[in-house]
Amino acid sequence: MTNYKLKNTEYWAHKNYALKMESIITLNHGSGGRITHELISNLFLKYFSNEKLNNLTDSAVLETENCSLAFTTDSYVVDPIFFPGGNIGKLAVCGTVNDLAVSGAVPKYLSSSFIIEEGFSLDDLETIVKSMAEEASCAAVIIVTGDTKVVPRGKCDKIFINTSGIGFLKKEFEKIGNASNVKPGDKLIVNGTLGDHAIAILASRESLKFESKMESDCASLNHIIQKALAVCPEISFMRDATRGGLGTVASELASKIKLGIVLNESAIPVKESVQAVCEIFGFDPLFLANEGKVLLVVPAEKADLVLKTIQQDDLGKDAAIIGEVVSENSGKVVLKTISGGKRLIDMPAGEQLPRIC
Amino acid sequence: MCLGVPARIEAITGSEAKVVMGGIELRASLDLLDDAKVGDYVLVHAGFAIQKVDEEEANKTLELLKELGMG
Amino acid sequence: MKFISEYRDGKQIREFSELIHKVSKKNICIMEVCGSHTMAIHRFGIKNLLPANIKLISGPGCPVCVTAIDYIDKAVAISKIQDTIITTFGDLIKVPGSYSSLEKEKARGSDIRMVYSILESLDIAKANPDKKIVFLAIGFETTTPATAAGILKAEELKLNNFLVLCSHKIMPPPMEAIIEEGIKVDGFLAPGHVSVISGIEMYRFISEKFHKGVVVAGFEPMDILQSVYMLVQQLENNTPKVEIQYSRVVKPEGNPKARLAVDTVFETTDANWRGLGIIPKSALKIKSAFAQFDAEKVFNIKIEELKGSKGCICGQVLKGLKPPSDCKLFGKVCTPENPTGACMVSSEGACNVFYRFGI
Repeated sequence: MTNYKLKNTEYWAHKNYALKMESIITLNHGSGGRITHELISNLFLKYFSNEKLNNLTDSAVLETENCSLAFTTDSYVVDPIFFPGGNIGKLAVCGTVNDLAVSGAVPKYLSSSFIIEEGFSLDDLETIVKSMAEEASCAAVIIVTGDTKVVPRGKCDKIFINTSGIGFLKKEFEKIGNASNVKPGDKLIVNGTLGDHAIAILASRESLKFESKMESDCASLNHIIQKALAVCPEISFMRDATRGGLGTVASELASKIKLGIVLNESAIPVKESVQAVCEIFGFDPLFLANEGKVLLVVPAEKADLVLKTIQQDDLGKDAAIIGEVVSENSGKVVLKTISGGKRLIDMPAGEQLPRIC
Repeated sequence: MCLGVPARIEAITGSEAKVVMGGIELRASLDLLDDAKVGDYVLVHAGFAIQKVDEEEANKTLELLKELGMG
Repeated sequence: MKFISEYRDGKQIREFSELIHKVSKKNICIMEVCGSHTMAIHRFGIKNLLPANIKLISGPGCPVCVTAIDYIDKAVAISKIQDTIITTFGDLIKVPGSYSSLEKEKARGSDIRMVYSILESLDIAKANPDKKIVFLAIGFETTTPATAAGILKAEELKLNNFLVLCSHKIMPPPMEAIIEEGIKVDGFLAPGHVSVISGIEMYRFISEKFHKGVVVAGFEPMDILQSVYMLVQQLENNTPKVEIQYSRVVKPEGNPKARLAVDTVFETTDANWRGLGIIPKSALKIKSAFAQFDAEKVFNIKIEELKGSKGCICGQVLKGLKPPSDCKLFGKVCTPENPTGACMVSSEGACNVFYRFGI
């Protein structure tokens, strides 16, 4: 038997049974779930509070004399930086374009800041920058300002990118981000299959040993959203279902509007291979990340029209009406299961972890 | 307490199988199973194949369920 | 997905639910003792599909929930030792010990890696000969053979830096403890994947000595409904017995090769089940012949004894005596992020599932 010396002895003193709130950041703080929300409310809003920020919409709406602007920012730290269907650069453009687009704005201008680790390959950097240019062109936005920093080896993980964006927002769409027009009876539509991005990323990492041909759904959604708005300016809410998945967006919405949401499990589009990974590792597809999916809330009488319109777009082929807003179960999201049963869905606290039990 | 999924053996190398489920490929050890061959469906848990899936029994169950349901 | 989708047909499920409504007359209480059953029942909303006279309750089937808190404390302590790598299933990462968790220690810099299989842990050991790799072995009979096979492989490969911290538990003893305590249960849904390994003989005493029904159930909605139907038939006709519903993978004799691996590496021992107390011969420990792989023997970690929390009724929830909603701490002091007791700890624990899914 060998006695091992411990690095420190603090652990001998454990008088309190209940676990106190620890003063360190964990991965859960970045997962988009409940713990992320608590960090935002308890820390960032505590110090930054103002009426614009407190709405916590995807883009801030800024009124000027002549029109309104939507303004947003996002940072991209994805690992691996190259994955099937895209790379960190493409993501950095799509993600910010989408945050503007789901607010009802027409995205126009992006900034792009790079923090690069010493030793990073110039070829890789060029591939990333080229992707960004291509995606910006696709989305009809231009990158008008930027910054570059290099840090010593080990001080950041390969490359981090921040993009901020400005879009023009018509007055009639200003309420979309806030969901103030959402009412019972409105239908929920999603433009395609859930979880593709999350599974593509997981398959590319070394940590879970499985192989899949899944590609990320990473895409700029502004064109498909503009098509939907053109046939239905009465769209009452939109949000892209990124980290935390569609389930988190629905939970946030229900909580914000203080109405209930009902989702039909059998209507929610999920690819077979995504479902298989969920069965193997115990994930819930509702909470897997997407990078090319938007949830639209539309008045019931326009739902079929919006659905048909977006189904004609490449990014909407698998679109479906997946649920509706109801007056019961205020603040809650109820899932009607494939077996005809019912259960509540709840925002996860942090990252979903694979399980064997 | 145990996530186990049925997957089809596509290839065997020594005591390791390449198995496929819903288009997803996994590795599964055959150390706990005898006589598994390519084409068999096996129940996979924590990286091991722990039993063969009996297709005949599976069909019997489905038939019975159909009959009972219609009764 | 073959052998899965066929058992999820919505129309068939509704028809079956109607059938159960028709044939079930007596008030009966069925207990499931498998965390994956707890999850499946809630995930598919099965309780809505059963008539009011059938009560479906959760027993002590979640291995994470019943793992003694000092196991996490030991794992946390080992993670702080220089040149160790902890390898663990995802299930344990967030589980709080007395003062910390693996997740928090990982954030503080300990090398803690999630694995799907003990075989990945062996690969890590091979790739890091200068470090001690410790695998956290939890789970019931389904998982035990994998750990046994892993240890046998480590022996074959002559790995001298691979260790297992064992907290494997065995299923029938807690079922017997629950019945002996006089908990009112009429029948059990037996854990399908445990039974793949163990076979069904170990449940005989439940029907023969205690006259309770046992049906070995699969995990799809139709499997669970068919199992409930079979139990209802047994109880309506007063013919309690042991039956297999999950026949596509459960054989009466189980998997003898898997059991042989377990018998080679492990022996039974008494264990402290969080919330239930000490149950004799209800867990496994590594035999002395494999002591070089036993983290309990190699690391000498002392853990201070701690008292339980006031107000926590996990013991009664685990035995199916009270629902989570009866607990004063539920949802207020005790939540999935800040669990006080065993049942809130794991994503399969009765309180955790009720908190997230209950309606």
